[in-house]
Amino acid sequence: MAPARPGNIRLLGGLSLLLAAASLLWLFQGLGDGNRGFIMQLRAIKLAALITVAAGIGVSTVLFQTVAGNRVLTPSIMGFDSLYVLLQTAMVASFGASGFAAVSDVPKFVMEVAVMCGLAIVLFGTLLGQGTRDIGRTILTGIILGVMFRSGSQLLGRLIDPNEFAVVQAATVANFSRANSTLLPAGAAMCAAGIAVAMWLAPRLDVMALGRDVAVSLGLRFGRMILVTLGLVAVLVSVSTALVGPLSLFGPAAFFGLVVTGIAHGLAQTHRHEVLLPAAALIAANILVIGQTVFERVIGQQAAMPVVIEFAGGLFFLYLLLKGRIR
Amino acid sequence: MSRPLGATIAVLVPLILASLMTGAASIHVLDALSDPWTMLVLMESRLPRTLAVLLTGAALSVAGLLLQALVRNRFVGPDTVGTAESAALGLLVITLMAPASPIWVKICVASLSAMAGTALFVALIRRLPPKEIMLVPITGIVLSGVVGSVVVYIAWQEDLMQYITTWLMVGEFSGVVAGRYEMLWFAGAAAGLAWFAADRFVILSLGEEVATGLGLGTKGVMRFGLAVVAVVSAMVVTTVGMIPFVGLVVPNIVSRVMGDNLRRSLPMVAAAGAALLLSCDLLGRLLRYPFEIPVGTVMGFIGSIIFLYLLYRRPARV
Repeated sequence: MAPARPGNIRLLGGLSLLLAAASLLWLFQGLGDGNRGFIMQLRAIKLAALITVAAGIGVSTVLFQTVAGNRVLTPSIMGFDSLYVLLQTAMVASFGASGFAAVSDVPKFVMEVAVMCGLAIVLFGTLLGQGTRDIGRTILTGIILGVMFRSGSQLLGRLIDPNEFAVVQAATVANFSRANSTLLPAGAAMCAAGIAVAMWLAPRLDVMALGRDVAVSLGLRFGRMILVTLGLVAVLVSVSTALVGPLSLFGPAAFFGLVVTGIAHGLAQTHRHEVLLPAAALIAANILVIGQTVFERVIGQQAAMPVVIEFAGGLFFLYLLLKGRIR
Repeated sequence: MSRPLGATIAVLVPLILASLMTGAASIHVLDALSDPWTMLVLMESRLPRTLAVLLTGAALSVAGLLLQALVRNRFVGPDTVGTAESAALGLLVITLMAPASPIWVKICVASLSAMAGTALFVALIRRLPPKEIMLVPITGIVLSGVVGSVVVYIAWQEDLMQYITTWLMVGEFSGVVAGRYEMLWFAGAAAGLAWFAADRFVILSLGEEVATGLGLGTKGVMRFGLAVVAVVSAMVVTTVGMIPFVGLVVPNIVSRVMGDNLRRSLPMVAAAGAALLLSCDLLGRLLRYPFEIPVGTVMGFIGSIIFLYLLYRRPARV
C-alpha cells in the first residue's frame, strides 16, 4: 500500500481539527452556572448522535457510488432510506401499534437492520450487479425505485388505522433531539464497525471502482464484493435513519450525501478509498455539528436545519458541477 | 389514427364512464336526464373532477415530452427540474406581498416564476459537458431541492407550512368541483398549442447547431417550449398540487412504442397521460371507498412498477 500523499494527510488532519474545534464549541458555548454536568451530558449525547449519523451518511454514500460505478447516485436518491421508512410502515401495519411498541428498542433495531440488509442486497444487487453498463437505465431505475418506496409507504400509511399512522410518523421524521440514548451506543458501535470494515476493504474498493471487467481480471471476486459493500451500505443507512429519521424534509433529494461526496472528491482529488472514506465522514460531521450549533444557539431554530443544508449544500453542489469538479 | 392511439382511446372511454359513476353518492349516469339531483351531482362534481384529471394528465405528459426534447434528455420531467417548486415560490411571494390580489394575478406570477426557474435549469445544463447525460437529471433534482428549500424556509418563517404542503406534496383531486378547476383548461390549451410547433421541437432536439443549420430560430422555439412547460406546471400546481411522475414516465413509454416523431406521438402522449392519471385516480377512490387516497400516491406506486417492467422488458433505447 503506497503511502498517502502529504496533501491528503493535511486535508484529513485539517478536517479533524475543525471537527474537534466545532465539537468543543458545541459542548462549552454558553455553558452557564446552572447544572453543568446535566447540560454537558445532554449535549454530549446529541453530539455523539450527530457525528454517528454524519459518518454513516458520508461513508455509505461513498460506498454506494463505488458499487454503482457512478458519482451522482446516493443511497437516498436510489430510495434506500425510503425503503427503511416503508419497512417501518409495513411492520406497524402487520403487528399493530401496540405490538410495534411492545418490542424493546435494541432487538427491534437489530432486526430492522438485518431485514434491511437482506432486502437491499436482493434488490440493489440484482439491479446494480448485472449491468452498470447501461448507466442511464440504472439511474432511471434508482429514481423510480425511490418514488416507488415513498409512495408505497404513503399508500400503506393511508390504509392503516390513524393511531398506527401516528406511530409511524413519530418513528420516521428526522429529529436530532429524538436521538435516543438507549439506541445510541448500539447504533454508534454498529456504525463504527461498518466504517472499520469499509476502511479494511479500502484497497479492494479501489479495485472495484475500476469497473467489473478490469476488477475481475485483476483477481477481485466482484459479485461477492458488491454484496458485501451493499450490506455495509444497508447497515450504515439503517443506523443513521433509525437514530434520527430520514434527513430529507420532502421530495426525492435528500442530497446531503451527494453534497458530502461532491465536496470530498473536490477537496481530496483522489480515487483512493482510504482517503475518501474518512474525508467524507469528517466533512459530513463538520457540516452537521457546525450547522446544528449555528441553528440551535445562534438563530434558535432547530427545525430549519435540514432546509438550510439542502439550500446551501445544493448551491455548492451546483457550483462544483459547473466548475467541472464533479464527473 | 394510429393503432396505439385508437387502443388508448378505447381504454379511456370506459374509464371516463367509471369515473362519472364513482363517488360517495351513488348515482346512475343514465338517470341524469330524468332526475335533477343526479344531474346536479354530475355537473357540479363528477364531470369537473373527471375533466380536471384528464386535462392534468394530458397537459403534464405533453409538458414532459417538450421538456425532454428541449434539453435532449429522457430522464427529466416537469416535476424534477424545479418548475413546480418555482411556481410555488412565485405563488408564495405574491401571497405574502399582495394577499388580496385576484387569482389570475397570482397565476400569472406563478407562471412567470415557473418559467424563470425552468429557464435557469436550461441555462445551467448548457454549461455541463454534453456527454454526461446523467448529470442533467441530477442537476434538475438538486435545483428543485434548492428552490424547494427556499419555499419551505419562507413558509416556515411566515407560518404558512400548511398552505404550501397542498402544492408541494402529493397532488389530489378530491377538492375539485365546478368553479375550482377551470384554470386547468389553460394548461390543456397550452399543451394543445404545442402540437402546432411539434416539428420544430423535433428539429430542436437534434441539437442547436443542426437546428440552426436547418434554418430554425432556436431561441423562439426554446422560449415557446419553456412557456408551455411553465404554464402547464403553474396551473397544475395552483389548482390540484404537483402530480409527480406522469410527465417523466408517459413520454418515455410512448417513445419506446412509437419513436420520436412528435407530431404523431403527441396525441398519443396526451391520451396515455390522461388514461394513466384517470385510472390511478379511480383506484385511489376505490381502494378505501368512500374515503380517498391521493392520486399522486397511487400513481407513484403503480406507475413505477409499470415503468420498471417496461424498462427491463425491452432492449434499452433511451
